[in-house]
Amino acid sequence: MRSVLPVLAVIAAIIALWYAGALALNAKWAREQAARSGTELSLTALVVETMNQERALLPAPHQVLAELWDSTVNKRVTSKRSLVFHGWITLQATLWGFALGVVVGVGLAIAIVYSKVMDMSVMPWAIISQTIPIVAIAPMIIVVMSLIGIEERLVPKAVISAYLCFFPILVGMVKGLRAPESAQLDLMRTYNASALQSFFKLRLPASLPYLFASAKVGIAAALVGTIVGELPTGALRGLGARILVGDQFGPPIRIWSALLAASILAAALVATVGLIQRITLKRMGMAQ
Amino acid sequence: MILARNLSLTFQTNDGPVHALKDVNLDIGAGEFVSFIGPSGCGKTTFLRVIAALEEPTAGSITVNGMRPDEARRARAYGYVFQAAGLYPWRTIAGNVKLPLEIMGFSRAEQEERVRKVLELVELSGFGRKYPWQLSGGMQQRASIARALAFDADILLMDEPFGALDEIVRDHLNEQLLQLWEETGKTICFVTHSIPEAVYLSTKIVVMSPRPGRIHDVIESPLPRERPLDIRETPAFLEVAHRVREGLRAGHGRSGEEGA
Repeated sequence: MRSVLPVLAVIAAIIALWYAGALALNAKWAREQAARSGTELSLTALVVETMNQERALLPAPHQVLAELWDSTVNKRVTSKRSLVFHGWITLQATLWGFALGVVVGVGLAIAIVYSKVMDMSVMPWAIISQTIPIVAIAPMIIVVMSLIGIEERLVPKAVISAYLCFFPILVGMVKGLRAPESAQLDLMRTYNASALQSFFKLRLPASLPYLFASAKVGIAAALVGTIVGELPTGALRGLGARILVGDQFGPPIRIWSALLAASILAAALVATVGLIQRITLKRMGMAQ
Repeated sequence: MILARNLSLTFQTNDGPVHALKDVNLDIGAGEFVSFIGPSGCGKTTFLRVIAALEEPTAGSITVNGMRPDEARRARAYGYVFQAAGLYPWRTIAGNVKLPLEIMGFSRAEQEERVRKVLELVELSGFGRKYPWQLSGGMQQRASIARALAFDADILLMDEPFGALDEIVRDHLNEQLLQLWEETGKTICFVTHSIPEAVYLSTKIVVMSPRPGRIHDVIESPLPRERPLDIRETPAFLEVAHRVREGLRAGHGRSGEEGA
C-alpha cells in the first residue's frame, strides 16, 4: 500500500502539468477571440475558455478522455469512427509483426551463437538496419510489396513492424543463449551431449529470462512499427491512419485520443508479455 | 585405472606458450582416493580436465580404464563435479540429477530409480522436488555430486568441490564423501587447495608445483581407511600434513616465485 502514494503523486503531477500546458498553449487563441469580439476575459473565464476549446492546440485531459470515451464506447465497433475498430486493425498487424520479429530474431540469434561467420557478418547489418529511419524505409517496403503482387495491407505493415521489433529480440536472445557459463557447457561435454541436447536442455531454457525481457521491448517496438507503417501509406484504417487524418483534416483532439488509445494498447501488450513471463518462469521454478 | 606417461600440455597464449603440464607421470589404481594439491597455476585442474577429455595433451600419453580419454568419456567412465554446483535453476533437484540420465537415454523408470538411490546416497532424500535456490550451498554441492554419481561411472573427478564452502560445512561434507567412497568403491580424483582436506581424504596425495606445472611429490598415505574427524589431531596425520607442506614449500622455492 505504501507504493500507491508515490504512484498517485506522479499521475497527479502529470495531469497538473498537462492542465498547465493546456492553459499556456490555448490562452493565445482565447485572448484573440475575446479581442475580436471586443470583450475582456477575466482570469476564471480565461481558464474555462482554454479548457474547452473545440480546436485546442493542446486539449485538456478531460477533453481527450471524453473523446476517447466517445470514440470507443459510444461507437459501434464496426464503425470507421470507432477507435476499437482502428485499434483492432493495428493490433492484428502488430501481432503478426511481433511473431515474425520473434522468428527472425531468435533464428538469427541461434545462427550467430553457433557460427562465428554469422556473428561477424550478420550482427553489423542488424545494427545498421536499426540506424535507418523507419519512415524512410516504410514506403519502400510497401512499394516493393505491391510490386511483387501482395495487395493485402496487413503484410507490409507486419513486415515494417517486424523490422523494428526483431532487433531487441535478437540482441536479448544472443545474450541469453550465451548466458550459460563455460563450466555448464563443459558439464554437457562430460555427458557427451549432442549439440541439439545442449541447445534444448541448457542454452534455450537459460535464455528464456532474456527473451522475455527483450520481448517486452520488442512488442512495444512492433506497435510503433505498425503505426509508422500506417502513416505514409495512405491507409484508411488503423490507429496510424487515424492519427494522420486527425493531423491533417480533423480536430487535434482526434490525434490525442488516438495517441492515448495507442499507448493504452502498448501498455496492455507489454503487460500481457509480462504476465506470460511471470507464469512461464514460475512454472519453470525460476521465479523466487 | 588412470595411467599418465610423460604427459605435457602447452597452451599458446598471446604472451607466449604456457606450460600447464610438463612430463607428468602418474598411476592411479582402482578404488584409490587421490588428491591433487598445489598453488594456482600448478596444473592440477588442467590434469583433471585432460582425464575428462576436456583438454587435449600436446605430448605424452594418458589412458583412462585402458582407453583414450575421449573413448572413456563415451564409455561413461567418469562423473565430473565442478567447483560451482552449477545446478540448473529451472530444474528441481531431482530434475538436475536426472539431466545426465536423460541425455544418456536411460528409460524413464530407471531414471526415477537412480535419482532416488543417489539422492539417498548424498542424504538429500525428500529434497527432490525442491529448487536449487531453496537449498544451502553445501546441499547444492551434494546435489551436484549426486548428479555426477547418477550414471554410475567408476571414476569421480572433483575440482575443488568444497572450495567455496565454509569450514564447518566442508568438514561435514568431507566426512560424508569418505563414507560415500567407502560405500561405492569409486576411484576419486580430488583437486584442493587445503592441506588438511587432502590429508584427511586421500590414500595418495599428489603435490604439484607451478611454471611449468609438474608433479613434485607423490605421498602414499599411511593413515587407515577408517577415518573419524579426530584423526586430524593424531601424530600420524600431522606427519603427513607436514610432508605435504614441505613439498609445497620446496616446489615453490624451486620455481623461484613468492606467494602465488
